[in-house]
Amino acid sequence: MPFRPLSVGPPTLCDVTFSAPGAAAPQLNGPHRPAPGPAADEGLARRLRALACTAPLHDLDVRKANLAGEYGVYAMAEVALAVIDLVTLNMDFDTGADHEEIVAKVLPRVAAQTPRRPAAEHERVARWVLENLINVGSVDRGFRAVYGTFNTDGEYVRRDYDFKLIEEVPGAGGSVYLRATDEAVNVLVGALDTDVTSAQIAAEVKLEVLINRGRLADAQLAAEQARYRTVQYAETLRRTLDATRRNVRAVDWLETVPDMITEALDHVADRYRHENAILTNIRKARDESEEPEHKRRAAELVDIVKDCIRRHTQLQSRLLEAGPLFRAEQDRQAFATPTARSGLDLYGQLVAPLLPLPAERAIRVTDAFFARGTGLRTPSAVRVADLVEVLLTPPMEREHLGAEMPEPDLVATPDDSRFSEEQLDAAMELLDLPADAPRRLSGLLAEARRKDPELPYLVALLAVHAASPPVGTAYRQGEQQLLFAVDDGTELADPEFGGADLIVGTALLDAAGMAADRSEVA
Amino acid sequence: MTEYDADEVPQPDPASGTGEAGWGARAADAEPAPAGPAPLTPADAADAARLVSFGLQPKLLPARDAEYAELLRRYRDEPAFARLADAVAAGLGLVVLEVSTRAGMAVTAAEDSVFAVRMGDYARRASADSADRFLHGLAHLAVAALAFPRPEDLADDGYIGRITVNGVDAFVRQACRRLEERAEQDGHNTDPATDAPGLESAWRVYARRSATGATKDARRLAGSTTGIIAKAVTFLVDSGFLQRTGDDAGGAYRTTARYQLQVRDMAGSAAMAELLELGVVPVADGSATLLPGEDTDDLDLVAGAGLPFHSG
Repeated sequence: MPFRPLSVGPPTLCDVTFSAPGAAAPQLNGPHRPAPGPAADEGLARRLRALACTAPLHDLDVRKANLAGEYGVYAMAEVALAVIDLVTLNMDFDTGADHEEIVAKVLPRVAAQTPRRPAAEHERVARWVLENLINVGSVDRGFRAVYGTFNTDGEYVRRDYDFKLIEEVPGAGGSVYLRATDEAVNVLVGALDTDVTSAQIAAEVKLEVLINRGRLADAQLAAEQARYRTVQYAETLRRTLDATRRNVRAVDWLETVPDMITEALDHVADRYRHENAILTNIRKARDESEEPEHKRRAAELVDIVKDCIRRHTQLQSRLLEAGPLFRAEQDRQAFATPTARSGLDLYGQLVAPLLPLPAERAIRVTDAFFARGTGLRTPSAVRVADLVEVLLTPPMEREHLGAEMPEPDLVATPDDSRFSEEQLDAAMELLDLPADAPRRLSGLLAEARRKDPELPYLVALLAVHAASPPVGTAYRQGEQQLLFAVDDGTELADPEFGGADLIVGTALLDAAGMAADRSEVA
Repeated sequence: MTEYDADEVPQPDPASGTGEAGWGARAADAEPAPAGPAPLTPADAADAARLVSFGLQPKLLPARDAEYAELLRRYRDEPAFARLADAVAAGLGLVVLEVSTRAGMAVTAAEDSVFAVRMGDYARRASADSADRFLHGLAHLAVAALAFPRPEDLADDGYIGRITVNGVDAFVRQACRRLEERAEQDGHNTDPATDAPGLESAWRVYARRSATGATKDARRLAGSTTGIIAKAVTFLVDSGFLQRTGDDAGGAYRTTARYQLQVRDMAGSAAMAELLELGVVPVADGSATLLPGEDTDDLDLVAGAGLPFHSG
């Protein structure tokens, strides 16, 4: 439990809730420290923000004491990191992770921390951690940290840094999905403020070296890091494509995006080759390894690298779609015939200049738009007499069960079978021949005719069926015997039927032998 | 703005924009001199008021109501009747945007009219919290901006815009992200000072608010940005400005002729005027014909990226 010690001393740097900031940054900028230039301060501010991203995790371990019940034994930061891991891994192009899925997947880890506690408590812990990572209680569902910097005039300014770790995004059909934010991915991977591409290359190289030296535990870590990077890369592309669909001009398709696509395609090709090589290596390591623990780890690693390759392939197909998408959108958006009049460019002339303004000034513009852009409402006037009546009317009783089902009117269908059950029984009895005494069809028909004038038809029918007995089915079902009929060339002499006078008999099947065969085949 | 009206409204009266005073005066002129075939009677006044009352039901389509269509025909054919209807509307505190068979009697509330929508009635939280108030206003602006993404779309009477709730949210978030990236590139620290929340950049207020959130009863989280946008579009549907077309991506909608008129002739110009008053001048000469191109550097758009955008 590497995060235990953190729960002892809460960081004094930042206040992660929305309450007023307490003792904040002064200790970092001591009284005798000369005001540094803004450039020097920039790096400090960046690190302060990075540090702030970890604060919600420490905060969980601090606040677990306030929960009703004995929750001190749970390592909350560990659960939180596991949750962020799971959310990140479940992020795909189109959707994020589902709430319930994440809770379900993190439960084994929570349960492993305290195997003796009830499952309901484990679930409560998992949900508490997830909700706190989203920060459900706050309006923005995010975190705020306060830190101080010196501005260009050398003046000390306290600033708010707002960030989220897990955000909720709308999915298909009104559902809500979870996504790990860039901040969360950075905290998780531990590569704060680094370039995506180079970090991935570094991770790959590290992985290869580790595998060559046989250090698989570290190799798995590196492989997982590589996968987070891949996900992050895909996310950047997805956003760019979304923006292009809305407005081609909002995205720099002249240089930035083509460069990014070229770079990403190179990157995918490179990674693909790389990871296939790694895959081969690990497979070898997996097959050759003697130690079961190594074998298991290598097998896990194979899965991870396979997943990486899958994600690369997905990224590549999206990359290849990007060019045609741009051209189609350009056709749609830019080459439409211009109308004679031109109008107000709502985005370029209103939304875009508005967003960088300070909120208190921007609000004047949005208020003006709202006042004129919402249309009209006819005020509703209520007569006192109606109001009294409405207020005094008891609420409508709702029928819980809905309307009564009508009794179905069933009509008995006439039995139109050619033969009755009794006739079938009689025929079967007649055909229940001893295995060593087959009989001619003519004799059977004559005997049947004595019992019932209709019966010969049924016997003839069954005998004809027996001419091609379902041996395979009987074999599979383990039947003991089977009715068969053979034509030996004798003509049938009968007043009602013509054809061959079949020899009808019963063949015994070797049930035990068949069973043995079956088990052998299986 | 007035220059569009002249060619867009086929009637002799430029119906929109000038407000009540002008109409009152004109109606007064008209009544003592009924040079037409018959003098106006109280029955005509009743018909004119009836036409305005149809206009107050924004979801009613002229094509679906024979009486409405007949009154619209009278408005078109009889100038005296048209002036009477305009006068009735002006007296009620309404601005006539257009009278046509496609949009019907498109009227909207003048400022301080009893028909006007007030932010306090629209969203209770908005009156107390300025961030919420801003977000509600921005949602309406963003819906319009996405419904009419290019100036031509707003100008083209035949254009029908299509939006989805999630699309609007993604569009604003994208714009915010660009600003964030730009600030990062320039090395600006955009985190606001703790004691002056009003100085926080507008885009940050939006970016910080979560897009959605799980609620106990599976409804949309009202305070989330998609919740705020959904409220806006639902309201616009009730105003007869949007029609719901499906449930994809949080709800899909298409625009009506009335919405285009409202945005073009009322809301857009009002917001522009306010922006200009703040000293933000997105256009150099103040004319409404300027389009992105040179001016879009500050949007991080590609300047003339081979896109034949014209300015005129």
